[in-house]
Amino acid sequence: METAVETESKLKIADTVFNSRLIVGTGKYASFEQNRQALEISGAEMITVAVRRIELDKTKESILNYIDPEKYTLLPNTAGCYSVKETVMTAQLAREAGLGNFVKVEVIGDEKTLFPDNEATLEASELLVKDGFHVMPYCTDDVVLCKKLEDVGCSAVMPLAAPIGSGLGIRNPYNIKLILEAVTVPVIVDAGVGTASDAGRAMELGVDGLLMNTAIAGAKNPLKMAQAMKLAVQSGRLAFEAGRIPKKLYATASSPIDGLIDL
Amino acid sequence: MQLVINGQEKDLQSSGTIAQMLKELDITGSHIAVALNFQVVPRSSYDQTPLHEGDKVEIVHAVGGG
Repeated sequence: METAVETESKLKIADTVFNSRLIVGTGKYASFEQNRQALEISGAEMITVAVRRIELDKTKESILNYIDPEKYTLLPNTAGCYSVKETVMTAQLAREAGLGNFVKVEVIGDEKTLFPDNEATLEASELLVKDGFHVMPYCTDDVVLCKKLEDVGCSAVMPLAAPIGSGLGIRNPYNIKLILEAVTVPVIVDAGVGTASDAGRAMELGVDGLLMNTAIAGAKNPLKMAQAMKLAVQSGRLAFEAGRIPKKLYATASSPIDGLIDL
Repeated sequence: MQLVINGQEKDLQSSGTIAQMLKELDITGSHIAVALNFQVVPRSSYDQTPLHEGDKVEIVHAVGGG
């Protein structure tokens, strides 16, 4: 009899179920074609896009011309916004552009660190929830803030692991664990992952998903890194669901102590 | 008619609606959105939304981002 392969449980955000717990960005790729392939290999079903002015005198190609819109749920972001007003308008433009009802609220508070402005994030999130969006805010790894974001109706919270694009990995796993205990909406670690072991570690903490862009797009070989991240997210989640053994200082034998030959 | 489109001053031949402006600018994609004087304009009203001298127009689309 064949033994079924164990697979990880599914991620549900708002009313949508995703087979992959990896959310991937579409920035910084060498070409639209490389981007398309990386998305495909990553297995991601939700992808982020930014909203920007059309360049009037240039060809108006978009990543959306390269991907199958049926295959992905789009998560437009409000990256680059510094105020509540800009954030709300960017989200509304994204919806009007047919990018769907999800929005990654990202209100930057500091140019150097790209850390979010948490007060503005909370305010913009509340306004956009009331306007009918499924709001997924990028925020710091702050338990109280994440609870407030859940209270105003966000569909997920997305604490950063480390600054955007830094690749430093999970700098404060304890805060992430506290957030997991404090909220019931999905917790997606957004930003800071550098390589596959960082992704695995985040997933082993029990987070519901991971959002990354630079770690894949900036790798020497983005396609191989897309595959590595897919596997790391899957195996990290499986390890979390399996339940790891406790750490012990001393050895415990794996082989039986009884029945040894007597010389 | 003089408009400010995406921060650039533009002199358009057509003096009508948002739909006519998009046609003149050769913007045909479906995944675009327009704001007129900082108000998002619903796609269904492009035909009926008139433009006036000096209006500020933003035309956006999706680009790669994280």
